[in-house]
Amino acid sequence: MFDIVNIEKPGTLEAALEMLSRNPELKIIAGGTDVLIKMRNGALEEAELLSLRNIPGMDEIRILDNGTISIGAMATFAKIARSSIINENLPVLSEAAVSVGGPQIRNMATIGGNICNGAVSADSAATLLAYNAELKLLSRSGSRTVPVSEFYAGPGKVNLLPAEILTDILIPEAGYGRTSGCYIKYSGRKAMDIAMLGVSAVYKAEGGKFSDVRIALGVAAPVPIRCSEAEAYAIGKEISDETMKETGRYAVKSSRARDSWRASKAYREHLIEVLVFRALKEAVIRGGGVDIG
Amino acid sequence: MDKYEKISMVVNGKAYSLEVDIRESLLEVLRNRLHLTGVKQGCSVGECGACTVLIDGLPVNSCIYLAVWADGRKITTIEGVSKEGELSKVQQAFVDEGAVQCGFCTPGLVLTATALTESGRKYSDEEIKREISGHLCRCTGYSKIFNAVKRALDADC
Ligand SMILES: Cc1cc2nc3c(=O)[nH]c(=O)nc-3n(C[C@H](O)[C@H](O)[C@H](O)COP(=O)(O)OP(=O)(O)OC[C@H]3O[C@@H](n4cnc5c(N)ncnc54)[C@H](O)[C@@H]3O)c2cc1C
Ligand code: FES
Ligand code: FES
Repeated sequence: MFDIVNIEKPGTLEAALEMLSRNPELKIIAGGTDVLIKMRNGALEEAELLSLRNIPGMDEIRILDNGTISIGAMATFAKIARSSIINENLPVLSEAAVSVGGPQIRNMATIGGNICNGAVSADSAATLLAYNAELKLLSRSGSRTVPVSEFYAGPGKVNLLPAEILTDILIPEAGYGRTSGCYIKYSGRKAMDIAMLGVSAVYKAEGGKFSDVRIALGVAAPVPIRCSEAEAYAIGKEISDETMKETGRYAVKSSRARDSWRASKAYREHLIEVLVFRALKEAVIRGGGVDIG
Repeated sequence: MDKYEKISMVVNGKAYSLEVDIRESLLEVLRNRLHLTGVKQGCSVGECGACTVLIDGLPVNSCIYLAVWADGRKITTIEGVSKEGELSKVQQAFVDEGAVQCGFCTPGLVLTATALTESGRKYSDEEIKREISGHLCRCTGYSKIFNAVKRALDADC
């Protein structure tokens, strides 16, 4: 038994927002793979839940007229990994999606829950940062769109206002068009494990040079981060092993790795340097070597 | 202040309408109310896969799935896999490959493998390994389980 005192299951987004604004104690539950585990551990007691599962259409994945890809917050990682829109346009996100948990977890876990839970190890976080994704947040008083990079507020903390629901994850065309990329999840086991480090690399090229490089890391600081020093270094440089290795060294500068029972700071920094290089190199190989601009 | 809700679901082809406690997991309802004890409780936190059932054809950990969510859904447990006393081809493959020791992980694995065979897709060895990675087995060392799933999938084409 879970320590639940009440569960609301609204059938529309409007009804959900209304319930949330009336009762700020309501805890949103999507797939439940974080919320129910917290209850099992006693970290969440006497919960009043608001389940989003009965709201139709919240898991849709679409391309809007302006080229923006919109992913419903309730889309499960299984659905994302299977989606042709995602595989064709955001292959790195599909790679991140299949790295989450195991098949049964992916059939339940949603991308919205992954982001709103605020874990630094969330496997979708680095890739959404690298694609310059934005989050559409809705409340009774209106909607706002915030870049993922401004959503993470601290360990386990996100800038979600009370009574707000994440409805969609938006990736504008400028974020994914003409890019190639790669996600590397480094963990002790190949499946059913939390990342020790997550690296997402996305780039564009022109005339044998990097014209755009985006490197994002999970579990390298209190929140998922972009490596601005490394990106600034790489842009405009010749695409070569040397450039990519140096980019890996620069990536360590943006990180704030620390010692934990999973890995020491020194080991993590080594991982950042090596895996940023590998992710970027793999991205370049997938991009056909040089010109994808 | 106990709270109950009425749900309707189809389990192994049979329709049920029952009042469930909002605090219950689907695992608890299947085992304690419907006496489908082939659904095993291992870790209760989504790690081991022993409690796996198919919900509308997809493998899900029933220990972290609220019973009230099952309203209107079709559930398959291991009890619903054999037909008229005949083992399914997945079950037969597990027997033929000797993939069962204590049997605690077996119901979940058979259900995941059943979903794979019913998907009508082909799976590479790497994909098979990935698809069964949400199940822990403390006995077999996995090789025989892998062989059984592969055999069941091969028998399909
Ligand atoms: C066995 C196991 C393995 C796991 N492995 C991984 C892994 O490898 N990688 C990984 O990243 N995660 C992993 N997780 C964690 C978890 O599965 C993911 O974070 C998942 O994406 C959470 O989504 P959910 O829909 O289940 O969220 P829920 O548990 O329903 O919600 C999570 C949080 O987000 C809030 N929330 C959910 N949806 C919304 C919304 N639309 N608007 C506003 N707030 C919302 C909830 O209030 C809650 O605080 C694992 C979990 C388990 C149990
Ligand atoms: S009992 Fe459900 S996954 Fe272990
Ligand atoms: S046969 Fe004993 S746990 Fe798998």
